[in-house]
Amino acid sequence: MLHILDRKKQLASRLMKGRGDKESSKQLTNGSRIAVIGGGPAGSFFSYFLLRMAEKVDLKVEIDIYEPRRFDAFGPGGCNHCGGIVSESLVQILAMDGIHLPRDVVQRGIEAYVLHTDDGQVRIETPVHEKRIAAVYRGGGPRGTSGADWRSFDQYLLDQAVEKGAQVRHRLVTDMVWKDGQPFLLCNDGDGGSYDLMVVATGVNNRLLDRFEAMGCGYERPKTTTAFVSEFHYGKELLNETLGDAMHVFLLDIPRLEFAALIPKSTYATMCLLGEDIDNELVNTFLNSPEVRKCFPEDARISTNACHGFPRINIGGASQPFADRVVFIGDSGVTRLYKDGIGAAYRTGKAAAIAAVLGGVSAEDFRRHYLPACSKISRDNAIGKLALIANDFSRDKGLIRRTMLRMTANEQQTPGVNRHMSSILWDLFTGSAPYRDIMFRMLSPSFIASLMWNLLCVMFSFGREPVEVKQEYGN
Amino acid sequence: MATNNLGKWYAPQECVVIAGEAGNSMFVVLSGTLEVLGGEPGNEQRIGTLTEGDIFGEMALFEKERRSATVRALDEAFVLTLDKRTLLRRIKEDPLVALNLIETLCRRTRKLNGELAQLRAAQQA
Repeated sequence: MLHILDRKKQLASRLMKGRGDKESSKQLTNGSRIAVIGGGPAGSFFSYFLLRMAEKVDLKVEIDIYEPRRFDAFGPGGCNHCGGIVSESLVQILAMDGIHLPRDVVQRGIEAYVLHTDDGQVRIETPVHEKRIAAVYRGGGPRGTSGADWRSFDQYLLDQAVEKGAQVRHRLVTDMVWKDGQPFLLCNDGDGGSYDLMVVATGVNNRLLDRFEAMGCGYERPKTTTAFVSEFHYGKELLNETLGDAMHVFLLDIPRLEFAALIPKSTYATMCLLGEDIDNELVNTFLNSPEVRKCFPEDARISTNACHGFPRINIGGASQPFADRVVFIGDSGVTRLYKDGIGAAYRTGKAAAIAAVLGGVSAEDFRRHYLPACSKISRDNAIGKLALIANDFSRDKGLIRRTMLRMTANEQQTPGVNRHMSSILWDLFTGSAPYRDIMFRMLSPSFIASLMWNLLCVMFSFGREPVEVKQEYGN
Repeated sequence: MATNNLGKWYAPQECVVIAGEAGNSMFVVLSGTLEVLGGEPGNEQRIGTLTEGDIFGEMALFEKERRSATVRALDEAFVLTLDKRTLLRRIKEDPLVALNLIETLCRRTRKLNGELAQLRAAQQA
């Protein structure tokens, strides 16, 4: 017994010593300076939570957020090329953190998803019959908009960070060098400076990432693919009539198309196409499919002349998203596969902030306190790929697709019934739950039994057919 | 109804939670004012009011007891429901979320202590 106690003491002493060594060299102390490159959600969340944590432990640090864009600008100038969905789980967690999205930031509260397939459509209501998904504009709004009564989501988050004490520098960081063992930033106007910690919160296309890859610290940016984002003007009334407060998702049998969504905002709807190197040909095939045309007024000429773009999006995580006094968060670090990019920005930004304040800013500190958060997202993405393969299978096979529709429609129309398929699809589309949870539910015996029963019903045309879901999405 | 609201809308006098009911979620007031009613059924007394940003029902996260009080909207209110599962999942990987909850509970305990001290002082006087 005594022997065990002695061993414990020795171990604790060794651990404390090791921690003490690091604390003396690479810890944030009063007056430490932090540079955050990129003022999108990841940069703002990091700054906000780091300053909040610092306040709790009586630590006074300076944060400079370098962001050349002005998010309150309309059109491409402030755009972040994103669908702009704040997931159900993130809305809840932000509320817990005291961040309540104001009405002028929320373009629309989403209360349902309408799933469109080649065999029909079904509406999936939010599990608690409550609007907990927010459709937002990351920037000021589409090109051509003026006098809008809404606010940019990214600007709102940046304002929260500024309120906590961060400073925004509207400058473009062009290079970074090491001076006396600290990162030194250079801006296009000659400005810059030395910092105790540099946080890279840029998009995955930022040229600065080339510089970091070449530095030999082991960082390698995430793999990407091309997506498509476009805005369509409906007008408020027409939008309420055609799309309502529902996000419309499309699982159509179009090669290379993984997932597509039409997200109603205030007067516009944002269309997002995700898949394998989306190009103009695929976009036009999609826009001309009958299921998509149903979501537009009959006489509408659907074109991509509106505000649109083909952004590169992450489909993997960065290798080694940290070094001594450097950490990569959000898209330049790791994000969730196809979904909930803002949620991943929150999780990585907050994890890095906690690591920096409570652990330290050395590579070892980030390995111990930040890497687990990134690894968790990466592992979940790996499971997500399996879930998406299952989803692709159901999309490609008419029988499975009809079974999925039947099962979902029955669940939606029968009060009190266990919503196996609805909850899986809901979480798959909204990004509200980890892919791991979704996968477990897909493998549960009760789900498989229910799926088999519905498959038999579809194959042999027996059982009660669900009532056809009509195109009445308005309020 | 505006389309840019989040949460669930409650009409004046509508109850969000009722004392004695089982609960597995907590709530955040997004807008409006609500009252907290305690005491025996039929003889409830207002023991507090809740406004924007206030949270309630957090006890359901930690214990399996039934709701200890009724919360009712005084005027039109929007309230966001927070799932127990979502919160516990976050608390597991994010100490700040737990810290926020502890802060809220501390504030509430301090307020109760103050009220108790006032009551005792009034009794002694």
